[in-house]
Amino acid sequence: MLTLTSPHKTRLHGLPAGVKLAALAGLTIALFQMAAVAPLVGVALSLCALHLAVGGVGFAAHAVRMLWPVWPFAAVVAVWHLWLGEAAGGAVIVLRMVCAIAAANLVTMTTRLADMIAVMEGLARPFARILPPRRLALGIALVIRFVPVLAERTGHLADAYRARSRAKRPGWRIFAPAALAALDDAEHVAEALRARGGTE
Amino acid sequence: MERSLTHIALFAALIAALGLVPRIDLAAGVPITAQSLGIMLCGTVLGARKGALAVLLFLLLVALGLPLLAGGRGGLGVFAGPSVGYLVGFPIAAFVAGWVMERTTLSPGYAATAGAIIGGVGVLSLCGIVGLSVMLGKTLTEAAFIAMAFLPGDILKAVLAGVVTQSIATARPRALLSRAG
Repeated sequence: MLTLTSPHKTRLHGLPAGVKLAALAGLTIALFQMAAVAPLVGVALSLCALHLAVGGVGFAAHAVRMLWPVWPFAAVVAVWHLWLGEAAGGAVIVLRMVCAIAAANLVTMTTRLADMIAVMEGLARPFARILPPRRLALGIALVIRFVPVLAERTGHLADAYRARSRAKRPGWRIFAPAALAALDDAEHVAEALRARGGTE
Repeated sequence: MERSLTHIALFAALIAALGLVPRIDLAAGVPITAQSLGIMLCGTVLGARKGALAVLLFLLLVALGLPLLAGGRGGLGVFAGPSVGYLVGFPIAAFVAGWVMERTTLSPGYAATAGAIIGGVGVLSLCGIVGLSVMLGKTLTEAAFIAMAFLPGDILKAVLAGVVTQSIATARPRALLSRAG
């Protein structure tokens, strides 16, 4: 299963995940205190420079692609504020949002899934009584394993539908069998876990 | 114990799998992604507690950096984006949908539609509007105006959640955990 971690190794990959997450939290809080355009432009330029310095152009281009889904919201805010004649206010909102997202994406891109899970396990330790770490880890592993399984099964169901009907796509009719498949798998996996000694 | 865990995990995977299904065009040509349908189904099929836990597990994996949101999005960035209100609202929506399902004596299809409308449309939109208003610096009224764009699709999905839940109740009555107890 693919993760969003960049295959392009950067210097940031070597930093401990906890440090990066703490820095991200600090930056995000600081961003929401900034109400002027100038400091936000400074942050945006520093983030651009950081991307280019650690990973080069290809890495930075990938980061831009990850920001792409935000553009409709940025466009709405831009049009809105130009309409109101408050360009500076709109720029603050858009810059703040884009910087916060880009910084968070940077942490995701430069941290391996295993390191992220390790940090999460550390954070979850105080709650070990209500949420046993082993069960949480098993839950995560099951999801990672079964996303491709269920996606493939949904594909097979769609193929079968196409084979026996004139419609090109099954549309909403796919959902009930897909959910039933997940329910059946849940029963089978529960039995298999129990047969192997359960989750304790 | 194992059954709870596997149901929670498999439905978390189902939310992701439904997000990977290419967008589905409904009759009027309204494109929707099935992801929020997955959220509603977690509540209406698994019940309030397990449904909310399944959604939380899904969001945890998104935060850890897996591209499980519709369109292959994921990572920490989505929690800093304008739609963070919807993400926060997902587990609450599943819980409310499950709660309605558990507390009413309507037939599964109607109860699930009602639960999905109240939780998956009402509560989810409220959370989403608050999120949009905070992230985009708009008043709640202005944010509600933006959120209207998602409303028709969400209502259709709530009705579909009812239809799907009814099919499950017919095909596997015992698998409908929200009505098992």
